[in-house]
Amino acid sequence: MAMALPLAYASSVGNPFEAGRLSFSTKATKHKKHIYQSRKVTKVLAYYGLTNPPYKLDALEPYMSRRTLELHWGNIHRGYVDSLNKQLANSPLYGCTMEELIKTTFNNGNPLPEYNNAAEVWNHDFFWESMQPNGGKLPWGGVLDQIEKDFGSFSNFRDEFVHSAMMLFGSGWVWLVLKTNERRLSIVRTSNAVCPLVWGDIPIISLDMWEHAYYLDYKDDVSKYVNNFMDHLISWHSATARMVRAEAFVNLGEPKIPVA
Amino acid sequence: MALRALLTKRAPTLASGLGPFASAGGSGTGWQGLCHARGLKVAALPDLEYDYGALAPAISGEIMRLHHQKHHKAYVSNYNDALEKLDAAMAKGDVAAVVRLQSAIKFNGGGHINHTIFWKNLKPVNEGGGEPPHATLGWAIDTDFGSLEALVQKMNAEGAALQGSGWVWLALDKERKKLLVETTANQDPLVTKGANLVPLLGIDVWEHAYYLQYKNVKPDYLKNIWKVMNWKYASEVYDSEAA
Repeated sequence: MAMALPLAYASSVGNPFEAGRLSFSTKATKHKKHIYQSRKVTKVLAYYGLTNPPYKLDALEPYMSRRTLELHWGNIHRGYVDSLNKQLANSPLYGCTMEELIKTTFNNGNPLPEYNNAAEVWNHDFFWESMQPNGGKLPWGGVLDQIEKDFGSFSNFRDEFVHSAMMLFGSGWVWLVLKTNERRLSIVRTSNAVCPLVWGDIPIISLDMWEHAYYLDYKDDVSKYVNNFMDHLISWHSATARMVRAEAFVNLGEPKIPVA
Repeated sequence: MALRALLTKRAPTLASGLGPFASAGGSGTGWQGLCHARGLKVAALPDLEYDYGALAPAISGEIMRLHHQKHHKAYVSNYNDALEKLDAAMAKGDVAAVVRLQSAIKFNGGGHINHTIFWKNLKPVNEGGGEPPHATLGWAIDTDFGSLEALVQKMNAEGAALQGSGWVWLALDKERKKLLVETTANQDPLVTKGANLVPLLGIDVWEHAYYLQYKNVKPDYLKNIWKVMNWKYASEVYDSEAA
């Protein structure tokens, strides 16, 4: 699940490719303590950390190279995390969950300066988890049923998704979302850092269409990138888990249970 | 003859060695002949005045080649497609289609305009690239920004801060006779920020302009591009517009 909660403790994740950074900052603070104890008591501030993708950096080859992930995750995603932490250090917005932070800073379309960093941190977490090694192929069960219900067929959905990605002018993202009000799946295209969370919708899958996501591997051949994503990278496992969670918030109707 | 403009003479390698009657990756030649018959003026990919590798090491030859032969050419083709569809829609009186085509025209047409200016803004070092401006433009820069360094710093800061894709411009406000630094998003041409603005210099900060070489370190790209900046062109435009 894509969650970046403020981490108030240091944990050794025991991850062989551990690269997340959990940091503390200590400040002296007034605190009544027994006089035999040290007067200088520390207050712990917590910051957002960079979560690792759920696979090794070379696991998505040949559709997304290790080098791309090293730069995209290691430099760009990490950069957003660091910038966000710097901004929040002295900000009244400190202490929210990521989703709250995004909704607050979006400010109904007039985003505050922290929005870009917060949203991009969340977006990239969500994106890594929208992919998996040996991904692609078809969804199954409830997700497939819902797609067929809302798009007519899986291939209609696939065509619409690819078309939406190709029609994006500039930097942005393409999303499969569950619209909470309309109670159906839909494909949404957003610019720059905009995330469907701000409209109260529930994202199921995302595709990063910023050039840095594909330029090293595909140069200007956007169509190949998008098609490879659909055929080989998209994680229907993640989509299923997210749909299951989403159904706790959106009533998609009764399942068709045959009468005995 | 018009087809020649689509195939660039300066390209050191044209991957598909095509004959004069095939189109290199853009839409077919059919529309071109038809459009000329109807009097519709289509856009054409301009040639560069220098080789792809001539701006290295500031901008690599690979980037220049892709940028010109793929990205700019795609803007030209897509603009021409949209233009033809627009023409048809206007002839039929299909208002919905006319409105729907606006974003494609703005994006691709803007891309064509911006990149055409961009190629003229750059010059190899041994042909005068990077030489600072003198005379009228030099004085105007000192007046409006304090110094050339201040201007460069301002443009680099705005370029680095730009979120997403876009351009950073040194613009002349024709009416107020003042220089200013502006940014535009995506492929919006400078005029979208003000009808009186004339572009003197533009820097493409789309990732395709630098990613292969500089990766995500946009500030390095912005620092180095000044080494191949064609101030002579900027001065010429300034002198003709500010007169």
